[in-house]
Amino acid sequence: MSAVDIATSEGGCHIFSGCGFPAPSSEIFFLQPYAALNIFGHEVLIQKTTILVAMVSVIVAAFFLTAFRSPKLVPTKLQSLGEMAYTFVRDQIAREVIGKAGDAFVPFLATLFFFVWMSNLMGVIPGAQFPIMSSLAYPVGLTLIVYGTYMFLGFKHQGINFVKDAAFPPGVPKAMYVLLTPLELLQLFVTRPVTQSIRLFANMFAGHLLITTFTVATWYLLTPTLMVLGSATSFIVTVVLTGFEMFIQGLQAFIFTLLTAVYISGALHAEH
Amino acid sequence: MSLLAEVTGSLGSIGYGLAAIGPGIGIGIIFGQGVQAIARQPEAYGIIRQNMILGFALAEALALIGFVVPFVFGA
Repeated sequence: MSAVDIATSEGGCHIFSGCGFPAPSSEIFFLQPYAALNIFGHEVLIQKTTILVAMVSVIVAAFFLTAFRSPKLVPTKLQSLGEMAYTFVRDQIAREVIGKAGDAFVPFLATLFFFVWMSNLMGVIPGAQFPIMSSLAYPVGLTLIVYGTYMFLGFKHQGINFVKDAAFPPGVPKAMYVLLTPLELLQLFVTRPVTQSIRLFANMFAGHLLITTFTVATWYLLTPTLMVLGSATSFIVTVVLTGFEMFIQGLQAFIFTLLTAVYISGALHAEH
Repeated sequence: MSLLAEVTGSLGSIGYGLAAIGPGIGIGIIFGQGVQAIARQPEAYGIIRQNMILGFALAEALALIGFVVPFVFGA
């Protein structure tokens, strides 16, 4: 390393890639499509998330289908793994929140949980490394399914009381309804689905951006100055954050399913 | 109207900082009280933890909206 090289790198410039810290921004979430298909006059773009979401669907479906293909009384290894996964959702989410009536919703909840979890996990699996749920369309799509489900269940089980009880909560002074009713209606029809999708989206978005920032910083600070210590620190932080991100991914899948169960429970029977 | 104070620069970061105050306090209270409840009644761990996570998720949404908005509106 000659004196000139060191001198140039002292001015905040990288040894290989030139000056200026290329801070990652939201543009890393807009992927280049691989191909464009024309299906019935609509243009369909094939990009990374399209392939990943197809992979996740196949993996989740294949796992449960092979696990429960020929169930034995004494379970095989794969079957007992599948049963563990299924009973986790049943005991921790469905029965805990909805109660005994929740057993009917365990297939729906388990599908949601493992689909969301695997989609999130794609953010740290080498090769994929893009959390599907950081594209807003996917959480919104899932939320619409959930929204449709609990709206249907609410009107089926409670009729018009489903909205009436929500809009006019009993045991409240009459004058308070002026304030409460618009808020409660907004909560039921707008805030619930919006926050449920934004929560999942923003967590995955933030986590991916954070990991990318520290990965870029590891590379950028790799200069023949004292800043190499910063590079080493960034690298360690990247590794630690990846572990933390895996925890968050599981937690967010759990929260998404838990909220679904809470909303379904509210639709099945009035909250008092 | 005369200008009393002006903030320039990375407004998105400032906005996120402001948006994180409330949820920060809220999440602290939720987990603090949750741990206290578990310490008082360890046998109710399951239901306390579930409600704790639920409260956490609801409070956290505000901070996350604050995080996303600067990207969306490009401040």
